[in-house]
Amino acid sequence: MPEERRSEGKPTRRRLGGLNARNTNVLAGGFVWLAALGTLAILVFIIVYVLWQGLPHVSWEFLTGTPTSMGRTGGIGPMIVSTVALSFLSVLIAFPVGVATAIYLTEYTREGTLTRIIRFGTEALAGVPSIIFGLFGFVFFVIYLGFGWSLLSGALTLAVMILPTIVRTSEEAILTVPKAYREVSYSLGASRWQMVTTVVLPAALPGIATGVVLGLGRTVGETAAVILTAGAALHMPTSLFSPARSMAVHFYVLAREGISDSNAWATGAVLLVTILFTNVIINRLLLRAMKRQAAR
Amino acid sequence: MPPVEVAVKADRAGRRAVLMLLMGLATGCGPVASSAGGGISVAGSTSVQPFAELLAEEYAREHPTAPVVNIQGGGSTAGIEAALTGAADVGMSSRELKDSELAQGLVSQPIAYDAIVVVVHPDNPVAALTSEEVRRIFAGEVDNWSQLGGGDDRITLVVREEGSGTRGAFDELMMGDTRVSARALRQDSNGAVRVIVNSDRNAIGYMSLGIVGDFVKPVPLDGVTPTVEASMAGDYFLVRPFLFTWLGELSAPAQRFVDYCLTAEAQAILGLEGLIPVEGA
Amino acid sequence: MLKERLIQYLLLALALTAVLSLAVITVFILREGLPVLIEFGPIRFLTRSEWAPTQGQFGILAMVVGSLWVTLGALLVGVPLGVAVAVFVTDYSPPLLAQVLRPAVQLLAGVPSVIYGFIGLKILVPLIRDSMGGAGLSVLAGALVLGIMVLPSVIAVSEDSIRAVPQLYRDGALALGATHWQSLWRVVLPAAKSGIVASIVLGMGRAVGETMAVIMVVGNSLQLPSSPLEAATTLTSNIGLEMAYASGAHRQALFATGIVLFAFIMLLNLVASAFRRRTIRA
Repeated sequence: MPEERRSEGKPTRRRLGGLNARNTNVLAGGFVWLAALGTLAILVFIIVYVLWQGLPHVSWEFLTGTPTSMGRTGGIGPMIVSTVALSFLSVLIAFPVGVATAIYLTEYTREGTLTRIIRFGTEALAGVPSIIFGLFGFVFFVIYLGFGWSLLSGALTLAVMILPTIVRTSEEAILTVPKAYREVSYSLGASRWQMVTTVVLPAALPGIATGVVLGLGRTVGETAAVILTAGAALHMPTSLFSPARSMAVHFYVLAREGISDSNAWATGAVLLVTILFTNVIINRLLLRAMKRQAAR
Repeated sequence: MPPVEVAVKADRAGRRAVLMLLMGLATGCGPVASSAGGGISVAGSTSVQPFAELLAEEYAREHPTAPVVNIQGGGSTAGIEAALTGAADVGMSSRELKDSELAQGLVSQPIAYDAIVVVVHPDNPVAALTSEEVRRIFAGEVDNWSQLGGGDDRITLVVREEGSGTRGAFDELMMGDTRVSARALRQDSNGAVRVIVNSDRNAIGYMSLGIVGDFVKPVPLDGVTPTVEASMAGDYFLVRPFLFTWLGELSAPAQRFVDYCLTAEAQAILGLEGLIPVEGA
Repeated sequence: MLKERLIQYLLLALALTAVLSLAVITVFILREGLPVLIEFGPIRFLTRSEWAPTQGQFGILAMVVGSLWVTLGALLVGVPLGVAVAVFVTDYSPPLLAQVLRPAVQLLAGVPSVIYGFIGLKILVPLIRDSMGGAGLSVLAGALVLGIMVLPSVIAVSEDSIRAVPQLYRDGALALGATHWQSLWRVVLPAAKSGIVASIVLGMGRAVGETMAVIMVVGNSLQLPSSPLEAATTLTSNIGLEMAYASGAHRQALFATGIVLFAFIMLLNLVASAFRRRTIRA
């Protein structure tokens, strides 16, 4: 390849080796490709390793049995129930609040001081680390409000944690609904609330659902906040005020204290499969949302 | 009914309960918001916890109609506090109660004694240590295994975190006024200490005799091998009590559980696990 | 209409929940931690390295230093990797691979931190111990695990800002004879600078705030680490480690640590937002 003239004002330098522009280009390209494939490899490794270590120990008895000997033997039935209860409860609380916030910000008000305050609160909440949520949940729900270590304390804390996610995705989803929809609705005589509930929300549903599932996924994997608010008792929770040990917490305890590596990995495998499952759902929902957009 | 059948029945019932709960949650009717009453709550030392769990399991097997015993960790200090405030029926502690705690009306009942054992990796060539050596190791003054007859390797110190009853006992009985080195890796449970000492050739730590098992190698102190017998005979000095503590009077169900823990049968179970039975149980 | 008004106010009330929660969090954390902070003295709290809470010594310098080291390491690992992946997705990747990579990165973000921690403990720590010495539980282990954990954040924000650079910039550079890499390195990335800085600061916030994975691999010693192979404690791991056992002044000191953490992360997030806003305007 002939030497290229650079319009940099520098005398043309012909170097076939060393760090000339072409070699740097190739090297940089190589690095970038390596980074991408490496990241992919890391993900694949994590999934394969956890499933390889854990799935052999997963059985129906494991999934429904109760733990014995502090988890060295037995199953994780109560943990699964606890996780499901915590996640669904927290979404139950956060969903209406989050969607309401998004509706308010998009349909009921103009940009101004109030919206800036609301947005600041939401964004700030998104950045709070989970251990702080744990400390807060402990001192506020467990002690101050007297709920004790319980499903309720855990769910409330988790709800606050996932609120920003739901607000953000709901807002985005609502904003993508075309103005035309709203105008048609108004022209037919609908009130604002009617327009929102009959036109905007249904149209924005896939996007909103994505946010909900994202939040759900986050609650499944959360440990620090849960351990400080829902406790770590091994028994099946029987009411909102029972302490509960989620799968993630169980995994942490088993793993860290070396109680049972095989049970730890098995729990981890179940956890990971759950996350994979929710991610697949998210992607499906996103596809549906995008298809709807394209169809307009 | 033979215990095995009871266990199997309980397991099956438990599994049925799981399925019903899952279905219940799916169909929208699930756990009702009511306070979790009826159980006996026992909270505190994580050293005592596995043994309390074991006794609770046995107790449930023998008295299937008795209220469930809920065992929780949190550490000796937290357990004592829980007993004081009534947050738990019984507090578990792996250290003696302080005068200030006793002054508030707490009753304490030892259910076993536990030897604290200094442990090293199973492949560690060191055969025995004196108390003085242990003190200097944990203070950081001796920091290489070559100074003790091993290879030229830096010693990895593993300790418990402050607030732990095990640490409190170790610091008081072994270290005295000497400070533990800042280099020490702090872990929040005996199990976690065991995981490290089991995997790092150069690690040294301390833990309950009851959980040593085959995972780590116990180190004789001052010529005394740490065993239940040596501790009972008074030859091994690094021993601390496992206490149940409560405020004033216990409720009848809780009292029955505590009484059970002091029966010969329960004490024998604890003895099998490496704990030292209470005298005259 | 009255009904509409009522609905509006109801929605407003719900919308204020986030701000209200933030306020309550701040109030309660301050309530628990401020007394000890004031009594012991905030300067002493931050600059003393002696942490012996049951004896009234509350110096968190070792944890501050530990957090800084681990975070720095995490950024050194995560930022070049993350920006590279972002550049890949926008400028190098065939569209099919990008479609695979995006959900893959999302998945990476969804893996629970305790799983990262345990894999780090079981694979990374022995690796470091056997090949580089030390206990394996180290700043390095923490940095590597955290570096991978902040990848998704760095990638997402960097990608946004790189994508926002007008195609014109790239075309212009190429028309002037630049190689693909030169157009990126000298034109596009500098144009996306604010977004990339935002992603770095965001990654920093995530790294400083991570608890579970760090507790499992960083060793939790109270010394000031003098090399990446030594163990350390971070602000978060200390809270996570001792919280369950702490009571009284000890617990309050942990909340005080929480205040420091909270304040620092809020600051980082504000800075990140400021930088992000700059990209959108650009």
